[in-house]
Amino acid sequence: MNPAAPASPFRQDTATLALLAVLVAALSLSPLVRLVWEAVAPGGVLSGSAIERVWSSPAVWKALGNSLETSVGATLLALVAGTAVALVVTLTDIRARHAFVFVFVMPLIIAPQVMALAWLQVSGPSSALLAMLGLAPPLGARNPLYSREGIILLLAVEYAPLVFLTLRAGLRALPRELVEAALSAGASRLTVVRTIILPLMTPSLVAGAALVFVSCLGNFGVPAFLGIPGGYLTLPTLIYQRLAGLGPGALSEVAVMSVIIGAIALAGIVLQDVMLRRRDYRTSALATPARPFALGAFRLPVELALWSVTLLAVALPILGLLATALTPAYGVPLNAATASAANFAYVVFEHQAAKRALLNSVSLSAAAAVLITALSVLLAYFVVWRKTALLRWLNVAAELPYALPGVVLSIACILLFLKPLPVLGLSLYNTVWILLAAYLARFLVLGLRPVVSGYHQLDRAIEEAAQVAGAGFLRRLVTVILPVMAPVAAAGAILVFLTAFNELTHSALLWSSGAETLGVVVFSFEQGGESSYAAALSILTILVTIGLALATLLFQHRLPQGVLPWRD
Amino acid sequence: MAGLSIEGVTKLFDGHAALEDVSLRAGDGEFLALLGPSGCGKTTMLRLVAGFETASAGRIRLGERLVSGEGVHVPPEARRTGIVFQSYALWPHMDVGENVAYALKVQGVPPAEREARVARALETVGLGAFRSRRPALLSGGQRQRVALARCLAMQPDIVLLDEPLANLDAHLRTSMEEEFAAFHRRTGTTMLYITHDQAEAMALADRIAVMDKGRILQVASPSRLYREPADVTVARFIGAGMILPGVIAGPVSAGRVAVRALGHGAVVRCRRDTPASGDAALCVRADDLAMASAGMAGRVDRLVYQGGHFLADVALEAPSPLQVRVQVAEPAPVALGDRVHVSIRDGWLVPAR
Repeated sequence: MNPAAPASPFRQDTATLALLAVLVAALSLSPLVRLVWEAVAPGGVLSGSAIERVWSSPAVWKALGNSLETSVGATLLALVAGTAVALVVTLTDIRARHAFVFVFVMPLIIAPQVMALAWLQVSGPSSALLAMLGLAPPLGARNPLYSREGIILLLAVEYAPLVFLTLRAGLRALPRELVEAALSAGASRLTVVRTIILPLMTPSLVAGAALVFVSCLGNFGVPAFLGIPGGYLTLPTLIYQRLAGLGPGALSEVAVMSVIIGAIALAGIVLQDVMLRRRDYRTSALATPARPFALGAFRLPVELALWSVTLLAVALPILGLLATALTPAYGVPLNAATASAANFAYVVFEHQAAKRALLNSVSLSAAAAVLITALSVLLAYFVVWRKTALLRWLNVAAELPYALPGVVLSIACILLFLKPLPVLGLSLYNTVWILLAAYLARFLVLGLRPVVSGYHQLDRAIEEAAQVAGAGFLRRLVTVILPVMAPVAAAGAILVFLTAFNELTHSALLWSSGAETLGVVVFSFEQGGESSYAAALSILTILVTIGLALATLLFQHRLPQGVLPWRD
Repeated sequence: MAGLSIEGVTKLFDGHAALEDVSLRAGDGEFLALLGPSGCGKTTMLRLVAGFETASAGRIRLGERLVSGEGVHVPPEARRTGIVFQSYALWPHMDVGENVAYALKVQGVPPAEREARVARALETVGLGAFRSRRPALLSGGQRQRVALARCLAMQPDIVLLDEPLANLDAHLRTSMEEEFAAFHRRTGTTMLYITHDQAEAMALADRIAVMDKGRILQVASPSRLYREPADVTVARFIGAGMILPGVIAGPVSAGRVAVRALGHGAVVRCRRDTPASGDAALCVRADDLAMASAGMAGRVDRLVYQGGHFLADVALEAPSPLQVRVQVAEPAPVALGDRVHVSIRDGWLVPAR
């Protein structure tokens, strides 16, 4: 035996852990700390001036009110829709469940601004669909989606899957005995749902609702596309406008606004956490899922209703978007003879910013996916297998940037990177690197969660067996842990890639000339009235997104349940 | 190969002692079983020997090598211990051959020698033909044998087995027991076998250490443990021993002594240093008792057929309302509710502490 061996393995893992702690703190915590500091000390001097200016601004109060009313409205709508769908899909014997869940959950991974754009194509005066039904508003009339109600509707479509997923997980953990005991006590199925199932699911429902509320509050794409044209601003879009209009001069004020929105979101996050903890895990220890209720003669009508509403909300708008992308010019009727790929060719081969954006988005998302996955495999190892107070804090630090609205982290990143980094002297502001930093901080948890659940399912003896065989920490990592974790790590990487690839919130605030992303270019096409280019680029992102989501189904059997939201 | 020596080891978890001042030795090549109910500290003991846990006090030596204590903590990867895990812990992404070769690769054994050792280890457990199979395609018993071969190939100083049969069917258990015994005979490796199943421990071990609440109660050969338990706890745990209160009624002669239990006389086995008088605890088992025309009076509460004989639960009458279990040959000469007399044919006088 090599006499030098004993000491080194422990140095290896201690050093790794120290490095991880520093990295996560730098990535996740330092921007947020910097943000709060800016709010209370604008320009570096302790003062309440920025807070006072925001406090006395009617526009901020108006935007806050708008944010709250759209978030509350969308949460209620999503709660009703998500609950109904989850109950039907989980408790009854409808067919083609997997396909349905895949379609229903799609709005979660398709960019919000793309969904907004798609809905605009089928709802306005130029909608071929409404024209066919004779319902199209007269040409020149305002699209009804440019309104508070439009924003609420779109946000609900976007986030109803979150309620669905939370409730479905809760329902799956519900032991069948509880349902069967009620049935044999003589309760009808509807009574069982009302008196047994829904009361037991209260924690899941509240947690799901809180999650939707926080997501709506932070959403930028939907109010940007549907609210800005009509002058209906929410806090994220107000922050965007202030920053776009005034530049870094407005930083102290937008920092205060970010802290406000962050604080409201934090309340929602805490509520969600408390409610999920309240779930009674004693009942879920050995849960066998209840036998589905047979719908009998109602099965086909229920299936038709589910599918038609979902296709109407998800698939039809995308078809409308495709139609717009294939239309050579505004007003030209679309048919086999007029359809053309010219818009696609233009955005892929000719338009300089769109070409750069394609390259930027792909490489930024890929870089974020690779780096986050590498970090996650290491971090999760310690989080799951070495439970210490430090690691609990690291886990919270990794969760926070994603849980908070995206504008919060974006503003925080601007503040942190506006001046060149100390010691290194590098300046990230106005480069593509500030985006990478933001992606790493915000999406770390997306890569981390699947790997954490992978470690939870892994028998630690696998590692211990390698340890007694004489393998040191890094060697065990490479020869035993990495190969076994590869599928979950890949799933995490794809989640990170897709989310970064489709995001707009960060790049809208952090982009600079030469560092555009797909989201930014689609946004500016749409603002410039060039809907067909925006549609073409959006269709491309949808193809990549759905293609990758489908590709993950190839290795789904090697993943723990719940890792991929679109896999049932 | 090396013996194992544990001296005064204590392990605290958050101030609670999982192990308290435990000392234990296993000779070179000995098969030692650690037997106890769950939560008694036996798994903690194994993890301390392997190096996954650090002892709060005391010393652990493998052969002459101090691996724990006096400020030393040799990490698991440098201890040369082999472990057979309860879950087997085979690496799912490697085939059988790669699993067995892993430790040799890590140690830098040259390929030719590695090949030979892997082949030999697989032959030894009868899996020579399964070398390129994936663990997922093997049965439970085969996986267990791969785990054994993996230990064998690395030629460890000691093999630790952590409840290796707990996940197997009853019939497979017997054949794996034979496998372990054969493995031990062939290799002569020191083995520490953790189990809660006394039949398993008795079938396999040279000696058994009985543990309870973080302490070792007795270390002895299986037969000695059964016949001469060192205290009341061991007596009750091993072989479902019953404890009857009594008094010593005569001098010790040829390892036996007269006692009076529940007002009736008997002559039982005892230690040589047993005093000639005083209170005594008598350990008897169902086959030490018999139905008789005179003796302790009681009523048959329950009669269970065991195949070949019956076990009768007899509720004894005052002065001591105890229940005893008596083995009765078939056909049963008693029936439920009968009033009977029970005599003590043999027993062991549990030494006073």
